Amino acid sequence: MASISYDHATVQYPGAERPSVNALDLEIADGEFLVLVGPSGCGKSTSLRAIAGLEAVTDGTIRIGEKDVTHLPPKDRDIAMVFQNYALYPHMSVADNMGFALKIAGMKKDEIRTRVEDAARILDLTEYLERKPKALSGGQRQRVAMGRAIVRSPQAFLMDEPLSNLDAKLRVQTRTEIAALQRRLGTTTVYVTHDQVEAMTMGDRVAVLKDGYLQQVDTPRNLYDRPDNVFVAGFIGSPAMNLIDVDLDQDGAVLGGRSFPLPRAVMSTLGAENARTATVGFRPESVRVVNEGEGFPFEVVVVEELGSDAYAYGTLHTNREAGADDGKLVTIRVDARRTPMKGETIHLQIAAEDAHVFSTETGRRVSGERVGPPVPAS
Amino acid sequence: MLIKIVNALLAVLGGVAGAVVLFYLLNKFAEILPSRWEERLKPYLFLLPAFAAIALYLIYPTIQTLVYSFANAASTQFVGFKNYSDLLTSSAFQNTLFNTLLWIIVVPAGTIVLGLMIASLADRLRPSGEKFAKTLIFLPLAIGAVGAGAIWKFIYAANPPTQHQIGLLNGIVTGFGGNPVNWLQLSSGRLNSFLLMVMLLWAQAGFAMVLLSAAIKGVPTDTLEAARLDGASEGAIFFRIVIPQIRTTLVTVFITVLIGVLKTFDIVYVMTNGNFNTNVVAVDFYNQLFTNSNAGYAAAIVVMLMIVIIPVMVYQVRQFRAEEVAR
Repeated sequence: MASISYDHATVQYPGAERPSVNALDLEIADGEFLVLVGPSGCGKSTSLRAIAGLEAVTDGTIRIGEKDVTHLPPKDRDIAMVFQNYALYPHMSVADNMGFALKIAGMKKDEIRTRVEDAARILDLTEYLERKPKALSGGQRQRVAMGRAIVRSPQAFLMDEPLSNLDAKLRVQTRTEIAALQRRLGTTTVYVTHDQVEAMTMGDRVAVLKDGYLQQVDTPRNLYDRPDNVFVAGFIGSPAMNLIDVDLDQDGAVLGGRSFPLPRAVMSTLGAENARTATVGFRPESVRVVNEGEGFPFEVVVVEELGSDAYAYGTLHTNREAGADDGKLVTIRVDARRTPMKGETIHLQIAAEDAHVFSTETGRRVSGERVGPPVPAS
Repeated sequence: MLIKIVNALLAVLGGVAGAVVLFYLLNKFAEILPSRWEERLKPYLFLLPAFAAIALYLIYPTIQTLVYSFANAASTQFVGFKNYSDLLTSSAFQNTLFNTLLWIIVVPAGTIVLGLMIASLADRLRPSGEKFAKTLIFLPLAIGAVGAGAIWKFIYAANPPTQHQIGLLNGIVTGFGGNPVNWLQLSSGRLNSFLLMVMLLWAQAGFAMVLLSAAIKGVPTDTLEAARLDGASEGAIFFRIVIPQIRTTLVTVFITVLIGVLKTFDIVYVMTNGNFNTNVVAVDFYNQLFTNSNAGYAAAIVVMLMIVIIPVMVYQVRQFRAEEVAR
């Protein structure tokens, strides 16, 4: 087991206009479960494959433990990877798939057997050891791919969207199993996903990437509570945070024809930037339904009932010129037992301390200071 | 020249038009029948022309050949198994069989090795280079065996030492101060047979390359990457990951070439006509029938050839079906 660090690592494909991964600086502690998350094309898979040595790093360095592996071939990095399509060897039995690396390393047959059987027991694959991958279900194949990684006891696990080929129910179940397995083995793990729910539930820390740039890396809690910029704010959380462009007056934002007071510190920062507008964000759950006359009017368009929760989608009248808010629907969480009717207008109160304020120009957070530098979890 | 082109066009048009008319009439005939019978008979009516052609051109001659293989040279009298026993005990035919066996052992395996080598090496070239290399290597297949024979005659040609050597090989040999060698008559160690096999390898390598290259490209990249991370060297990846995954294509290429080898006729006929210890089964058959006018021996040779090929064909068809199912 070992730590992994990116030091200004850049990956640019030949002929590409801009790097797929741009000067990535990231420290992954020994034993940590780090999730790389972002939309398609953000460079998360490329970053992962760079650790494996499957993509050439064009600038900067990557270290595994103390060793600089930037230009080492994959086979000398002692890293195991779980691929999106599992990449099982179709002509080999499950046991041979799992034992292939050990066989290549020249391990004795009975020792390979013992290790493979141990791993199979952990993953509930014992009865399938002699089968070919073709004769397994998707979930079983996924477990074989995991097994192939764990029999090697490598320095680190790399997982490239390992759950994306499973159906929704199995995905949730396997997600928990992988997280539990990683805690048990304590092996440093880098996990790539485009699903922010997976990222939030599995990672000790989550690194959010976009267009090859690292946006923020922090614990799931901090990412949720203190997103560094508009992108992270909109990406993390489901349903997503509501982000509204508002005009500013003396005391705060103009929202729904009323003034929405913002903290003094925020106003002075915005004032220093000479900003006339700002982007205000609030989570669906940080609103309170109040009586008519208070709060902001909200016209309900759709109600989604999920059983434990209910979400209402609707428009918030921000009193800006028509089209300024793009008719974007705002999402709020409402009492699942007392959902508003479609077409009804209700009144909402947003707690000032729950509002996230971002600079419209730079997209960076202006409300509140960061709690501190990101702390790698042990 | 023009008249030939016109003739060819007429033949193509006439053939297609004839088929259209035939199927039109068959369809009309089916429509006359009561509707219950029409539905039942239509498929068979449509299959009829194809079945008739196969029966006339394939099944009937096969049976006739089988019958003639038990008859005398002029096919006038039955002689039992005499043709077979004569052939199998004659040293000339045993020699022919031995040569054919050599071809079977060397050429299919050689084609596979060569095709694999070219395919995986070409795979590492830049796309434009790969295309160019593959086109060149595929070209011999388009030339045809007789054209290939003409080319290779020039390579193996030998003139008396006093004259200029127009043969490529002898040009090299005499260039280094050696004496010209009459390659095709060099039967010690069956060298001339091997020289003829080189021609077939040259012609077939392109075919093998095309199929194997497609198969190699079809191997999922992530299995190669997984193997790389598993610590396998490039050699181990090729033999333990790539080869097993293209096994079915390997078998298909092997069998196709094997059947081609069993039927090898043109190369040997053009180059040596089976002389100088290079005779193979198909050439022997031809000479028995048309040179020696011995229909009995010729038929017996063909029957023996068929008996050898049938199991291979059956295996190939099974393999093909298994592949279809696996898809």
